[in-house]
Parts: sequence; C-alpha cells; structure tokens
Amino acid sequence: MDNVMLREGGVVMGASTSDRLKKKRLRNLRESFIESLLFLAAFVSVVTTVGIVYILVSESLNFFAEVPLVDFLTDTQWTPLFADAHFGIMVLISGTLTSAGVALAVALPLGTIIAIYLSEFATFSVREAAKPVLELLGGVPTIVFGYFALIVVTPALQKIFPSLPGFNILSAGLVMGVMIIPYVASLAEDAMRAVPMSLREGSYAMGATRLQTALRVVLPAAISGVASAYVLAISRAVGETMILTVAAGSQPLLTFNPADSAMTLASYIAGVSMGDLPHDSIGYKTIFAAGLTLMLMTLALNIFGHWLRKRYREVY
Amino acid sequence: MNTVVASNKDRDLAAIRSLIQKHKRWDAMFGILGIVCLMVGVLTLIALFADMISTGGQRLSWEFFTNFPSRRAGQAGILAAWVGSTLVMVVTAATAIPLGVAAGVYLEEYAPKNWVTDLIEINVTNLAGVPSIVYGLLGLGIFVYTFGLGHSILTAGLTLALLILPVVIVATREAIRAIPQMVREGAYACGATTWQTVRDHIVPYSSAGILTGVIIGLARAIGETAPLIVVGAVTFIAFLPPASGTGEPAAGVFDWLFADFTVLPIQMFNWTSRPDANFHANAAAAGLVLVLMTLAMNGLAIWLRYRMRKNIKW
Repeated sequence: MDNVMLREGGVVMGASTSDRLKKKRLRNLRESFIESLLFLAAFVSVVTTVGIVYILVSESLNFFAEVPLVDFLTDTQWTPLFADAHFGIMVLISGTLTSAGVALAVALPLGTIIAIYLSEFATFSVREAAKPVLELLGGVPTIVFGYFALIVVTPALQKIFPSLPGFNILSAGLVMGVMIIPYVASLAEDAMRAVPMSLREGSYAMGATRLQTALRVVLPAAISGVASAYVLAISRAVGETMILTVAAGSQPLLTFNPADSAMTLASYIAGVSMGDLPHDSIGYKTIFAAGLTLMLMTLALNIFGHWLRKRYREVY
Repeated sequence: MNTVVASNKDRDLAAIRSLIQKHKRWDAMFGILGIVCLMVGVLTLIALFADMISTGGQRLSWEFFTNFPSRRAGQAGILAAWVGSTLVMVVTAATAIPLGVAAGVYLEEYAPKNWVTDLIEINVTNLAGVPSIVYGLLGLGIFVYTFGLGHSILTAGLTLALLILPVVIVATREAIRAIPQMVREGAYACGATTWQTVRDHIVPYSSAGILTGVIIGLARAIGETAPLIVVGAVTFIAFLPPASGTGEPAAGVFDWLFADFTVLPIQMFNWTSRPDANFHANAAAAGLVLVLMTLAMNGLAIWLRYRMRKNIKW
C-alpha cells in the first residue's frame, strides 16, 4: 500500500518520505546509543564492587601464601613489620570491637532517645531547628572529631581518671559515639514517623500517655527501621578510621579495656599506609588482609540488617 | 454500708489520679531527657568550634593561606593543602556528577525490571555501607598499581568519586521520583523520545534535588582523610602542581593530574599528630577552615532542599 502511494506521489514525495524514515532510524540509533551509555554509567557500581572484592581477595591470597590462616586467626600478637613478625588479627579485631562498643554505648541510647523525642514529643519548631543541627553535626569531617578527641576530650578525661594514657580507646570511642548520633537519630526518626497516625490515636484513645504510646506502640511498630539504623551505626563504628588513628594510638594490644591504647583494623591500614610501603612487601599485603577482614565484618552486618528488616517488617 | 462504698470509690479515684500524675511526670521527665540528649550533640558542636577558634583563631591570616608547610609552626601555611583539595575536588566532581546522574537517570527512566537492574540496585545500596578506608585500598590496588596512575591527584579524585557515587545516585533517583508521571506522559504524547523527555524535562526539573545530593557528596569527599592516606597523599609538600604551560620544559594541560598532592584534612592530621603544641594551633586553624567549608556546603544543601520543598507544587 505504501509503495503504491509512493509511486503515485512522484519523486519529491518519495524522497521526503524516505528522508523521514532515515531520520527515524537515526533517531532510534541515537536513542539506543544513549541508553547503553547510561547503562554503562549505572554498571560502574557493579564494576566497583567487583574491583573491591578482586583486589582484596587477590592481595589477601598473596598474604596467606606467606602466613598460614591458622596463625592469622589464633596468634595473639600483631607485629607484622618487626623482625619477629606475628600476624594475629584477633588483636586488631579486639581493638575494633572495643572502640565500636564504646561508641555504640553512646550513640544507640542517645540516638534512640533523640529520635523518640523528635518524632513523638517535640513541637514542630523544635524539630525544624534540631534536624539541620544534627545534619551539620553529621557533616563534620572525622579528622576534626579526631583532633577534638585528642586535644580536648582526652585531657578532660584525664582530670577524672588521672591514670588514663594520652592515647586511649575511651576518648576516641566517646567522640565517635557523638559523631554517630545523627545517623541513628535521623534514620530511627524516619522509621517512627512512618508509623500511621491511627495507631497513635488508638493508643491515646485508650488513655495512654505520650511516653507509653511512644515506647509500647510506635517503637515496636517501627522496630525494623530502628534496627536497620542500629546496624548502619554499627557498621560505621567498625569502619571509622581517623578518630582512632589520631586519638587511640598505634599500639596493637589484645585488649577489651577502653582505658588502653589500641589499634583497629581501619586505623592499622591508615597508620601503615602513611609510611612508605613498597608494593609486594609483606606490609603491603597485610593491609589488604586487614581490609578483607573489615569488609567481611561489615558485609556480615549488612546481611544481618537485611534479614532483620525482612523478618520484622510491619506493613500498614 | 454506703460510707464504705463511697470511701472505696474515693480511694480508687485517688489511686487513679496519682497513677495519672505519675505517668504525666514520666512524660515530662522524658521530654527533658530528650532535650538533654539533643544538647549533648549541640554542645559538642559548640565546644568543637569554641576550642578551634580559641586555639587556632589567631593563626588565621592571609599568610596562613599563602604559605607552604614549614618546620616552624609559626610560618607554616595551607597553600599546598587547599590547592590540592580544590584540584582533587575538580576531578571528583567531573567524574562523580556525570556518572552518578547518568546512573540515576538510567535506573529511574530506562531500566527494565530484570536481574541486572536488581543487581545494580543492590550494589548501590551495599556500596553506601562500605567503609571509606576500603575505597582507599581499591584506589591503591587498582588505580595506583594496576592502572599505574601513581600517587597522584587523578588517583585521589577517582577514588573519592567512587566513594560519593552512591550518594549522587540515590539523590538523583529521589529527585526524579518526585516528578509526577503526567510530565512524562505529556512529553511522550507530543512524540518526544525517552532521551528528549529526560533531557528537556526530567533532568531540568530534578536539578535542584540532584544539586543537593551533589553538594552533600562533595562535602563528604572534601573531609575524607583515610582513603587518601591509603592511596598515598604526601604529608609534607612545598610546591604546587604544575600549571599548564609553565615551567621548563613547559607542563602539558593535564600534567597537574599526575602530580603529588596533599589535601586539607591530611595537612590537619599531620599537624595534629605532632607532639609540639604550636602545631596544634595550626591544626585547629586548618580544622576551622575545613569545618567552615563543609558546614557551608551542608548548609547550602539544607537551604536548597528547604526552598525546593516550599516552591515546587506539582
């Protein structure tokens, strides 16, 4: 049918039609070209993950070719750059867990209370004023918190506990806790605000006070969101580097005492990288082994958080 | 008999009243507790500022911005550091903004529902939870040694770009999702292609939201220390990257990309970790510059978001 019309329409008409068709093909080509470009951009995130996993695993394999896995997991000393080298990752893990523990002892209760307060108690104007301040607190660079921990908090703590060493987990952990408060508070508050009003109204209608409503109705209803806020806080505390590098010292001790100086997985990586690390030296390989351990810890946390969200999710 | 009932009633009433009073007291106490907890955060922020201003305030002078670091605390400045920070941010922005916006647009406007899309989405979420120091290891292993880019500004910029990519992607997606479906339908009804719709409608209308995300991402990148230590930032540097066309032989247009670098947070770290208290004043001054910069950026983002919420009504 088209062909007939074209023939009848003559040369000019035919030319213009095929031009139009050509333009459309060009247009489609350009569209799919752009789509594949955009796809490639989105795929960069997958490539990044593959890159991270590849580099951590391949360099760690080189490390484990020299150090048996059993020593890595059971040795109680971490002195990779000494003549008498020991590679007990437990040392760094103990420092990581202790500092994260101190930080979370501050961040989780305070963050939760702030979230409940902002979501259930505070007036509109208090909330509008508090949220940007929290956001600004969360935006302060960690190196500045590290400076604060070393120069301000540690001397203040030493007035209370005179035996506290100049570098200690306690001061770094406390400051790290304050740094994490905004993350917990804002995520937990979002979760609580998402609980439908009707639940609160039902509770108030039964004669419950605000606190009873908040603790017995809103918090349980928002528990999956609050829990994932906690998981995020934990993974931040585990991965935090600069505060500990600056304020917790560089003595690898197997300790769970916050008053000690200690090294964490992340602060070891940063501390060793500062010196000149020749490629293919054992020091170079240890930072990837420590990185892999850190990555596995945060990955386990993320998976646990995902499971928690699924398990306890309330749908309204 | 009657009096007993009445007194029982009175007793019950009194008990209920005291119960109510008790719960109201709990309520009020929790309200105070909430404010106290909030104050812990606010006071920390204030104490941080007060200390840095009192310790480092007098170091903030024109010379502080135009001097190279020095062995003498009184003469040391942050010239190399702020120039380095600026150049690294240029590389980061030039990489992260196009990639992040393109990825966000793809996921919202193009992506079919299949396992590849799911994979990308899960990846973006997980990357946001990866500790920043691990990105440093990625930069060191891949950019420095596999690609051979060296301990350079380019390596640092690319590493930080990957670090903030999830922030930009998530912000772009949220901004795009806020655009009502009718805008797209209108464009398609007029015969626009997907790309024309995206270019002329979706991206312009979501630009404020995207900008907010980009600023927050860059504010995070400018304060990052750990990954740059790992990729090999230099802590003592007394020269600037070669400007194109200067020097002997003349530097090429892109030679600065491969220069050694330091950045503001690393300069501050270096001064903080020295035992000499005079350098702590420098650290405080550098910290003040850094905090004011990140606070200004975050403040701008908060303001933009506030304005956006007020102005746009579809």
